[in-house]
Amino acid sequence: MSTTTFPNAPLLSVRDLSICFDTRHGPLRAVDGITFDLAPGEILGMVGESGAGKSLTGTAITGLLERPGRIDRGEILFEGKRIDTLSPDEMRRLRGRRIGAIFQDPLTSLNPLMTVGQQLVQTIRTHLPKSKDAARARAIECLAEVGIPAPEARIDQYPHQFSGGMRQRVVIALALCAEPSLVIADEPTTALDVSIQAQILDLLKKMCRERGAAVILVTHDMGVIAETADRVAVMYSGRVVEIGSVDRVVRDPRHPYTKGLMQSIPRVGSGVQRLTQIDGAMPRLTDLPSGCAFHPRCPRAFDTCQQTRPAALPVEGGHVACHLYQEEPA
Amino acid sequence: MIAYVLRRLMQSVLVMLAVALIAFSMFRFIGDPVNSMLPENASVEDRQVLREQLGLDQPVTTQFAKFVTGAVQGEFGVSYRNKRAVSEMIAERLPATLELVLAAAVFALLLGVPMGIYAALHPKGFLANTLNVASLIGISVPTFVTGILLILIFSVWLNWLPSFGRGQTVDIGWWSTGFLTVSGLKSLILPAVMLGLFQVTLIMRLVRAEMMEVLRSDFVRFARARGLSNRAVHFGHALGNTLMPVITIVGLQLGSMIAFAIITETVFQWPGMGLLFIQAVSFADIPVMSAYLVLVALVFVAINMIVDLLYFAIDPRLSVRA
Repeated sequence: MSTTTFPNAPLLSVRDLSICFDTRHGPLRAVDGITFDLAPGEILGMVGESGAGKSLTGTAITGLLERPGRIDRGEILFEGKRIDTLSPDEMRRLRGRRIGAIFQDPLTSLNPLMTVGQQLVQTIRTHLPKSKDAARARAIECLAEVGIPAPEARIDQYPHQFSGGMRQRVVIALALCAEPSLVIADEPTTALDVSIQAQILDLLKKMCRERGAAVILVTHDMGVIAETADRVAVMYSGRVVEIGSVDRVVRDPRHPYTKGLMQSIPRVGSGVQRLTQIDGAMPRLTDLPSGCAFHPRCPRAFDTCQQTRPAALPVEGGHVACHLYQEEPA
Repeated sequence: MIAYVLRRLMQSVLVMLAVALIAFSMFRFIGDPVNSMLPENASVEDRQVLREQLGLDQPVTTQFAKFVTGAVQGEFGVSYRNKRAVSEMIAERLPATLELVLAAAVFALLLGVPMGIYAALHPKGFLANTLNVASLIGISVPTFVTGILLILIFSVWLNWLPSFGRGQTVDIGWWSTGFLTVSGLKSLILPAVMLGLFQVTLIMRLVRAEMMEVLRSDFVRFARARGLSNRAVHFGHALGNTLMPVITIVGLQLGSMIAFAIITETVFQWPGMGLLFIQAVSFADIPVMSAYLVLVALVFVAINMIVDLLYFAIDPRLSVRA
């Protein structure tokens, strides 16, 4: 049925994952039943507006979800084993070692009071049985690999002595120094200059390809996804509305929301053209519409959309959750 | 760095000059000391002689210059009441106050910092909430009340600890210490607790608030995401970044503890500078009062200076800029 086939078993498998926040007015579901697989070495882009639940999904996979947020349904399998039920200590050993994470702001991701080398050595020695000298040698290698010139000298410098782009390189080195097989990059370039963004993305892509590490690239920038990712999951109101190969989604988006997203990206060489925008805003979690969460903003909504939530229907190399495709033969 | 230290020193000198001016002007505005020093039936000649002895017949500017040069050398003239050199009296009392403040500060830090860290790491825990409420009481009850309660419980009811004085002291050079005798240490406990209790609660609440703030920061999240142990995250990454504001406040509090040891010293009849000051006030003994004022200001300025220099030691971002 599903046309998605992997050469190997999936590295990461998220099944019907729901995350809710316990509030005074009852639980709020911020991520609602999302399902996707990630093959080893694959780069999956997650795109959506602020509050669509993309960062939360990443946080849940790293096991760093904090109260009042919690996983209330579904499971996360990593290398075939469930990780959402691991003890905090088991999860901690997985983090950094098998699953790395990169956050948005390189300026605040590093401890200002420790040298870059101290932070690298500490991380390396947490996960790998290395002597101080060996860890330091490895740390210098890591810095060289992420393209920091004169790493022997810079290893003893503090984060404030690095520029924003260089700091994000250090962050990447820190996330990858124990060679994880999955990296969750949450808006890794949003805080950087446009001129640096492409460099950092290329670096991230190159590093992960070399190590065979898979990446979940969380961003709201469809352009970043188009250039970097293999597949893309489009999220809206805590649900995956469309998932498929980047080529297919960019060339032929199916879900009306994805179409809207594509039309709002300016294209070079297509002459002067007014950018279309999707009217309205994403609904608040407190008053989610019935049925398909997108129907109030959808140009092609019909009666069914208000009543039932669309199931994920297989389309060319992926899925789309939209009633428009209900009757079409799969 | 050196330029910074020099600039800070210059500022400190200015502050001290301003304080000296205030201390000096006390002489001018709080009555004529000659009246209070001589018997009522003293002759005009006697008055004139004393006036000349005290240098009160000279112009104000000369008097101020003399006051400052004296103060720089640690000379503050002669006490109106005891007819002894003020510097001598202060030197006698200084060790008692400094030992009391040191004990109180160590007590406050040893208790306040760990309690603050604990409360920050377990914000919802029962013990943390208890500490929080207790600290609220500690911060609102006036220190003399806690002092009197301590005396009531530990001296009167339990009869464990002395309620006044320093106990036996040992002289090391001009410094008399109570740290070396059992009775000296026992006498130190209650006043140190009274003086330190407010600071414990203050430090605890400060450390708690700062640490909770730091624990929410990106670099702590990133440290967790790298799988570092809780120990490394809490003490290696979070605590260091908590210390900057804590050092500032503790430094300031150290100064005010020296200044406000007055109340503790009065409650426990502790033979320190505060008690000396209180006695001086009731006799309008201006040389002692002004010397005390200058000394306390000096302590504040010195501590602030040390705190600023500590920043350089802790935060690498500063040493590059300066």
